[in-house]
Amino acid sequence: METSPNNQTAIEFCNVSYGLNGGSEVLHDLNLEIRRGETLVLLGRSGSGKTTTLKLINRLLTATEGEIRVDGRGLSEWDVIRLRRMIGYVIQEAGLFPHYTVERNIGLVPKIEGWPESRIRERVHELLQMVGLEPRMASRYPRELSGGQRQRVGVARALAVDPPFLLMDEPFGALDPLTRAELQREFLALQARLEKTVVFVTHDLREALLLGSRIALLEEGQLVSVLTKTEFMASQDRLVVAYKQAFDAGLGDYS
Amino acid sequence: MNLWQFMLQNHVEVIELTLEHLWLVAVSTVLAVLVGIPLGILITRRSWLNKPILGGANIIQTIPSLALFGFLLPAPWIGERADRIAILALMLYALLPLIRNTYTGIKGVDPAVVEAGRGMGLTDWQLLFQVELPLALGVIIAGVRVATVISVGLATIAAAIGAGGLGEYIFRGLAMVNNSVILAGAIPAALMALAADVGLGWLERKLSPN
Repeated sequence: METSPNNQTAIEFCNVSYGLNGGSEVLHDLNLEIRRGETLVLLGRSGSGKTTTLKLINRLLTATEGEIRVDGRGLSEWDVIRLRRMIGYVIQEAGLFPHYTVERNIGLVPKIEGWPESRIRERVHELLQMVGLEPRMASRYPRELSGGQRQRVGVARALAVDPPFLLMDEPFGALDPLTRAELQREFLALQARLEKTVVFVTHDLREALLLGSRIALLEEGQLVSVLTKTEFMASQDRLVVAYKQAFDAGLGDYS
Repeated sequence: MNLWQFMLQNHVEVIELTLEHLWLVAVSTVLAVLVGIPLGILITRRSWLNKPILGGANIIQTIPSLALFGFLLPAPWIGERADRIAILALMLYALLPLIRNTYTGIKGVDPAVVEAGRGMGLTDWQLLFQVELPLALGVIIAGVRVATVISVGLATIAAAIGAGGLGEYIFRGLAMVNNSVILAGAIPAALMALAADVGLGWLERKLSPN
């Protein structure tokens, strides 16, 4: 094992490209290191390749060129099912199973992993508490929940077998501003406690600055730069400036 | 002699033919379910099989039923007994709605839900049995319902090759130019189709998620 836990590389992209069959490249020559325990935000507009980058990590998509390493091992060396079970996946609108109760949604992977019933029930209740839901929610169906509650269940489900990695694809994108702010705060508190390696996709600069330890800016399938918050605020890069202006203007209108 | 008198006098035969009819429909539908649903699942996984399989089922559907019964007469083992021919033919007709509805049902599952399942590390089989089939069940049962109702009607024609069933009365009545005898076959068959439609419609609603 390597030593210094904080600067250890957890996920690594080496010259990764992804193209559609015989068509255009969605992602071009990506080189990126994601460190253990950090929240790396992929920021970019629609079609910039953020979601593609995310899906390459859990092999929902397969890179056409280059190599991706998770825990130092190339993705092709991993059993894809094992790989996915150690990477929690949260998407917009949560993607909950509509025919299962909250409890079964959260407990599905533990169940498949062969956990005994009592341990699953215990874990589900622990997770509900962790994401701020009351225990009585366990027997509800997704359609009986609000958007914010569904998203909390989505997070709980992704954390079920305590995976070291978490991929989040605009998880709070469809929520109203108040609920969104609430979930963002809770995410920060949760992440401070759990220290997962998180890759978080968003197009919202404020969300990126709030949640990310570093921000990777993507544009038209290319990585523009990877910056800390301080570096981002100080940067004079054309695209970074454009982002800051867009969000400043947005704030200015209302202040 | 009116319809009621005829049915009362021949009630043993009416029941026998009804049971025979039910037997033809039930066996052929069960076989069609056992073949059609796996084929429907298969074409969601191997898209290049989609056209040949759905196309084949479509072509079968266009063969006039009387002709299909005739085609099957020389088939080995099957052709030895009229009820085997009838069951095979009815099964073939039932395939299209079953394959198509299984395919449509599975393809109609919210892609976000399927992707979430895949991303969580469900294997293809787990995804199929835990997510796709339960969510497609309503549409699949609707296919079974259509197939069954069609079968009840088609099974009357099986009497033409001597496979029995309520068609016996319809053909006999036609030969005798006797409406009561025709109705003695047609009414129980219609009631059977209605019962299947209502019963499977109830099941469909009960098993549909949401």
